[in-house]
Amino acid sequence: MTRRVVITGIGVRAPGSSGTKEFWDVLTTGRTATRRITFFDASPFRSRIAGEIDFDAAAEGFTPRETRRMDRATQFAVACTRDALADSGLDFGTLDPHRVGVALGSAVAAATSLENEYLVMSDAGREWLVDPAHLSPYMFDYLSPGVMPAEIAREVGAEGPVTLVSDGCTSGLDAVGYGVQLIREGSADTVLAGAADTPVSPIVVACFDAIKATTPRNDEPETASRPFDGTRNGFVLAEGAAMFVLEELEAARARGAYIYAEIGGYATRSNAYHMTGLKKDGREMAEAIRAALDEARLDRTTIDYVNAHGSGTKQNDRHETAAFKRSLGEHARAVPVSSIKSMVGHSLGAIGSIEIAASALAIRHNVVPPTANLRVPDPECDLDYVPLTAREQRVDTVLTVGSGFGGFQSAMVLHDPEVTSV
Amino acid sequence: MSSPRAVITGLGVLAPNGLGAEEYWKALLAGESGIAELSRFDTSGYPARLAGEIRDFDGAEHLPSRLMPQTDISTRYALVAADWALADAGIDAGAGIDDYDMGVITSTSQGGFDFTHREFHKLWSQGPEYVSVYESFAWFYAVNTGQISIRNGMRGPSAALVGEQAGGLDAIGHARRTVRRGTRVVLSGGVDSAFDPWGWSAQLAGGRVSTADDPERAYLPFDGAACGHVPGEGGAMLVVEDAESARERGAPRMYGEIAGYAATFDPAPGTGRPPGLRRAAELALADAQLTPSSIGAVFADAAGLPAFDAAEAQALREIFGPYGVPVTAPKALTGRMYAGGGPADIAAALFALRDRVVPATAHTTSVPDSYGLDLVLGEPRPVRADAVLVLARGRHGFNAAVVLTTV
Repeated sequence: MTRRVVITGIGVRAPGSSGTKEFWDVLTTGRTATRRITFFDASPFRSRIAGEIDFDAAAEGFTPRETRRMDRATQFAVACTRDALADSGLDFGTLDPHRVGVALGSAVAAATSLENEYLVMSDAGREWLVDPAHLSPYMFDYLSPGVMPAEIAREVGAEGPVTLVSDGCTSGLDAVGYGVQLIREGSADTVLAGAADTPVSPIVVACFDAIKATTPRNDEPETASRPFDGTRNGFVLAEGAAMFVLEELEAARARGAYIYAEIGGYATRSNAYHMTGLKKDGREMAEAIRAALDEARLDRTTIDYVNAHGSGTKQNDRHETAAFKRSLGEHARAVPVSSIKSMVGHSLGAIGSIEIAASALAIRHNVVPPTANLRVPDPECDLDYVPLTAREQRVDTVLTVGSGFGGFQSAMVLHDPEVTSV
Repeated sequence: MSSPRAVITGLGVLAPNGLGAEEYWKALLAGESGIAELSRFDTSGYPARLAGEIRDFDGAEHLPSRLMPQTDISTRYALVAADWALADAGIDAGAGIDDYDMGVITSTSQGGFDFTHREFHKLWSQGPEYVSVYESFAWFYAVNTGQISIRNGMRGPSAALVGEQAGGLDAIGHARRTVRRGTRVVLSGGVDSAFDPWGWSAQLAGGRVSTADDPERAYLPFDGAACGHVPGEGGAMLVVEDAESARERGAPRMYGEIAGYAATFDPAPGTGRPPGLRRAAELALADAQLTPSSIGAVFADAAGLPAFDAAEAQALREIFGPYGVPVTAPKALTGRMYAGGGPADIAAALFALRDRVVPATAHTTSVPDSYGLDLVLGEPRPVRADAVLVLARGRHGFNAAVVLTTV
């Protein structure tokens, strides 16, 4: 008998909100939370917009020692972990620590701290050699970020398998997929899974400037993220995190837990094509979708909502539309598809987990979040992208997908556990 | 229906003491060390100067010129090790394996750090317009998986894992899991390199690097005089394959089976709970359905600091009894290669199974009696064994264990 895995706790930090409830409020009202970069002087950069979070570590309950020790991305992940634990109602003190695991995703991990350290030790870029005496004692952890999942493990007392999944922009999907596999195979009974990234720093902005992947629509920061819109011209960089309590279904039922959704299927494929480019045909993402549906043993027509990657780059939205048509057939035209990146931006490795949270909440509330800022149709993107306004409808089964540098294409199927297989 | 068995059909190693799997193995048996003064930059102002550095390797001799400007040195190691592993396994475009049936799962703990240091320098000394168009992916931890996938047309389930020194074994464990879930071939392993001034300093900031200046006395695993480790670079890529698939296509060889794998995490300090290394080893043994008595040798994590060495020795004593199993640490000859260390140890362990000999732990001369450790010293030791255990630990509490058996 295959062990089934469900989400019983959610914690989210996304732009425009400071917790799960507010996050869902942003999504369902179609508000956008992207703005002009305030974290540093962005005037030398091509793209000067981001989804920033006004995160107050002290108000979040972090001690000064924790704030010193933990990188910003780690703080986000820990804050989400605390929320997810409280939300799950699970008393981790009663669990066997050996049976608790952690699967955290992050694309650029401690990038922001690395840059801060760089400025100190290089005298703001003047020196090539380094005086080790000027380095933070935490510098090793910024270089080699195993500390991120380690902090989550400490937070919940996990002594089972612990890992950092760093698959670029699909990390947030893949880390949760990894956690699901740990429970299914019996390596753990409970897993804290999710992702965090805090890339709003000069070096990361410069990276995406260099390849023109981010939008230069600097005069319209609130409407700059325009997935599937005919005028889209790049994504909006953002920061964020989401963490989940994953449990085995029967254990969750036995303790009377609220079950957001079952993670019925997950699959990832690679396009083996280009580190940053996408072919038009969406072949590999379509294959991942097919494999995820297959694992969930659900027919494609059961999908009520597709939570798209929808980054707002020219190539992505076209690629993804092709992948939906290829994998879902006629149903691609019937099912609502939307991108929450239109509202909270693209937080690289974190966004996959934030989108899982949105998918689980869509099932809980029977509401499909909209694609904000979608006003001008694109003939190449001709599906129902739920423009501007959220839609109330029955949502039992959601497909969420991600696509990232390195060629990663991932897909996950979440559903109400009462939805039975075909 | 039983799960497919995951075997290793190809090896590619780039280590400071040997380029190529067989060369690395020969160097281990001969006790040839790759540890010397770091030559990549002027280390005179740094408290530590010894490294396990790969010399005489030019990526341009092995890779297309278009890949050179877009790759960090660590990615060149990964790509070349992958090429060698695939060639060793007899897998090429004509092997008849579907592209979705080949995945790539790698580990790195440092990413493309030398590359990114240069881009940070350009950004802050010249301006954003000078940052390379390749920086967005040459730096991140998934780069090796992506580049290997592209170079070899592998479109199956792929991933990149980070767990400091334990991450390399986790990647191989995940490759095994992926094969068992139905993918025929997963190219897996890990490499690391961060020998630019910033990467070097960051490693020193970790506080565990030896500042000794005698290459033969700097990294002394399990020695009473252990004083830290020497950082190394490089690692290994392995072809992990469904045994049936390997037989079907007539794979040239099967080095061994990944019979068991487990990962655990240490409890928080101060809880009084025992560390997780012993449990990882025991879980891996249980996973392999083997008892400790069937293990012919242990390839230890070998941190090279007394507290960590004592903890590992204790775990081994508790599992195998005092002096209960031959233990070795080939990494004394290479330095710790972080994510590359575990996969290189697996390559060495597979050769040990093949040749029935365990390489010695170099440089260490005096193991405290209290360790109760049968550390292989001086000369390689013949063993009769059909199973070996490989251990790795990562900073902050990661533990991983792999059991390898003959096929």
